[in-house]
Amino acid sequence: MAAISVAVPKTKGGAFLLDAASPDHLYSPEDFTEDHQAVARTTDDFFRQEVEPNLEAILRHEPGVAVRIVKKSAELGLTAVTVPEEYGGMEMDMVSSMIVAEGLAKDGSYANWHGAHAGIGTLPLLLFGTHAQREKYLTRLAKGEIIGAYALTEPEAGSDSLASKTTAVLNSEGTHYVLNGTKMWISNGGEADLYTVFAKIDGAKEKFTAFLVERSYPGVKPGQEEKKMGVKGASTTAIFLDNVHVPVENVLGEIGRGHIIAFNVLNLGRLKLGPFAVGASKYVIGLCAKYANDRRAFGKAIGEFGMIRHKLAEMSIRTFATESISYRMAGMIEAHLEGWTPRQENAWPTYLKAIEEFAAECSFVKVFASESLDYVVDEGVQIHGGNGFSAEYAVEKHYRDSRINRIWEGTNEINRLLGTGTLLKRAQRGQLPLVAAVQKLMGELMAGPSFETDSSEWASEIALVANAKKVTLLALGAAYQRFLANLDQQQEVMAGIADLAMAAFAMESVYLRARKLAALGRGEIAAAMSQVFLRDRMQAIEATGKTVLAACAEGDNLRASLTFLKRLTKYDPVNSIALRQQIALRVLAAERYAL
Amino acid sequence: MKIIVAIKQVPARDSQLRLNAAAKWIDDSDLTFEINEPDAYALEEALQLKEKLGTGEVVALCLGPERAASTIREALAKGADRAIHIVCEQPEALDPLAIAKLLAAAVGPEAPDLLLTGLQSDDLGSGQTGVILAELLGASHATIIMEVQPQAGAIRVKRELEDGWFQYITMPLPAVLTIQSGLNRLRYATLMGIKKAKTKELRTLEAAALAGGAPVATLDKVYLPDRQKQTLMIEGTPKEQAAKLVEKLKFEMRVL
Repeated sequence: MAAISVAVPKTKGGAFLLDAASPDHLYSPEDFTEDHQAVARTTDDFFRQEVEPNLEAILRHEPGVAVRIVKKSAELGLTAVTVPEEYGGMEMDMVSSMIVAEGLAKDGSYANWHGAHAGIGTLPLLLFGTHAQREKYLTRLAKGEIIGAYALTEPEAGSDSLASKTTAVLNSEGTHYVLNGTKMWISNGGEADLYTVFAKIDGAKEKFTAFLVERSYPGVKPGQEEKKMGVKGASTTAIFLDNVHVPVENVLGEIGRGHIIAFNVLNLGRLKLGPFAVGASKYVIGLCAKYANDRRAFGKAIGEFGMIRHKLAEMSIRTFATESISYRMAGMIEAHLEGWTPRQENAWPTYLKAIEEFAAECSFVKVFASESLDYVVDEGVQIHGGNGFSAEYAVEKHYRDSRINRIWEGTNEINRLLGTGTLLKRAQRGQLPLVAAVQKLMGELMAGPSFETDSSEWASEIALVANAKKVTLLALGAAYQRFLANLDQQQEVMAGIADLAMAAFAMESVYLRARKLAALGRGEIAAAMSQVFLRDRMQAIEATGKTVLAACAEGDNLRASLTFLKRLTKYDPVNSIALRQQIALRVLAAERYAL
Repeated sequence: MKIIVAIKQVPARDSQLRLNAAAKWIDDSDLTFEINEPDAYALEEALQLKEKLGTGEVVALCLGPERAASTIREALAKGADRAIHIVCEQPEALDPLAIAKLLAAAVGPEAPDLLLTGLQSDDLGSGQTGVILAELLGASHATIIMEVQPQAGAIRVKRELEDGWFQYITMPLPAVLTIQSGLNRLRYATLMGIKKAKTKELRTLEAAALAGGAPVATLDKVYLPDRQKQTLMIEGTPKEQAAKLVEKLKFEMRVL
């Protein structure tokens, strides 16, 4: 895997809350190489020529169609972007794989086929397989000779995946594990040839283990296709395991370390949801801009109306934010992988460590991206009016397809808890000096407001971003002081803090990218987006901050905290109506998401 | 067989076009670009010929600004062996003759057996460049080609005529053919191809350093078609209205 061309400095997980970053610390699509752009073009060509003409057939589950397209995409290398050449892969960087995810996101059903195969169906083997396992299975997955799937969830083990009831028992000869149980909601379930199945050896929680299970093994049986709200063209089934004999050499990773595989694969899945949401959002914005130009009401194109423009602008702003945090993350991870090759010693544990470093940020990307996409498709339907409610118009499908993203790869609720929980854990382990930062902030706040004024061009953005981080620290400090070690039991407080941290991360990413684009002479629209987004988020931060602080203190303490909050969330408003008009005009003129 | 494929980078098909400030060309600041469609088929035909013959070389040749390098790399990723980029920042200021002269200057020393290009460009669509290039190179040529069959020292081509008619011609080499869209299924630039393209030779030539010459024809003004829509209400009784309408259709619109 080649390193990305623009080196950003190495940072630590969660450190974004403590340190101010400068524009050259941000990796963004503006840094894409010629190769990245070529990968994007190939993905777009592939989607237009192979997927688009078959969307109806995929939706109808016409036998073999989706699998044939996935296999065709393997010929182009799209199913094995980061897989080493040794195993039939392209050995490209993480950014390339994100670009592919973005390009295939124009249809939720097909993206599900692709992601379940090339993402969660392939990654466990890539990251944890032995050489022999990779030779046997990874090569064939990479080339599309077999289709992969990932089987973690069970009827009674969803978010709490460790509550798994699937068991594995070693047979008396010691040659096979015998698996029994039921898996649920398995993407590609009906068509996969190889499942990564999680089960407890002897039913013991400490022996949660992953197994490579071939579809052809006796006792493996996929259930009926589920009837779903969205991604209806994807194959989603239960998998029944009835005395399935799995050879001992098909144990993936270490016995009792199944959760490590599950969580690491989920981290990557969460990150990948970022570019997925970006691709889907851009597509829907294109549909809506075109519709707004064509559809006439009261003698005008509806794109001339302010409230329609507001929607188009806000859809674009949130997409810009999602794009900015997603590719920033890729840069942060790749900075840890500088000089990394799949042939080095301890290659994959090192790779995983780089991703795990940013587990909190991966959760934030997942939550932010899925909620941003949900906003985009919701307003997309609204722009289409009654037509948006009709299946005759594409936006209706996107509305339904979007919804699952807030549920899978860990629900957004779980991911909010994980995000805050990871930050706290890193602080406890001494990996993130949160306590010192909170103390410093309190000292600063006690000292009273500063009357220094900075009138430089980006001063208000810099202040907004810094203050968003400070509010997060203020809330973290108050919550920790109030609940101590029991803080993780306070779900609403944990979720509130996650929202604050996530907003701060997104605000900083948007501001940095706007500045970067300005330096490139292409910053007009991005600057407008940044101005609107930062202030809107600050409003939300104030509300969330109040909720969290009021749950953590009372009396004089609370009054003091609220005074600090008020001081930190103060800002000069901008004419967001005019700025959104400007953004929308750009989108309407280009009839697509455009900066 | 050494085959040169002349390709052009043009705005992507679904682009929203606007005129530039001088109204001499389109504003290209916000466009995405791609290979001219018939040129993509010319490239595909060249690659298939090389595969069919099991030997030979395919060289992509492109005249265009710096940004055209992405289209050249795509040709390399699809399988061209090497490429030549004639860097010219404002090709729209040149006419087909001037462009053909520059191309000929680059092609000359290569002495290819065959030069393929699209029958016309998607942006200007003059359909002249390939034919003029053949004349300048002193090569035989044929246009609107649907099929190319290599023969000993010659090629047999299928030309598309009007009304479903085709013409077969056997012609000597070297030859210039302008290729019709749709004769093959286009291959993709695979990810492995993209990786390999980086290792292939991409030679750049400055247009100013080649024997080009000033254009004979220049674009004076570019404009969007005026949308003309007039509504005329015809008053009177139905009989009078009908009479007036017929009169207008006969003498003003002249459609009756």
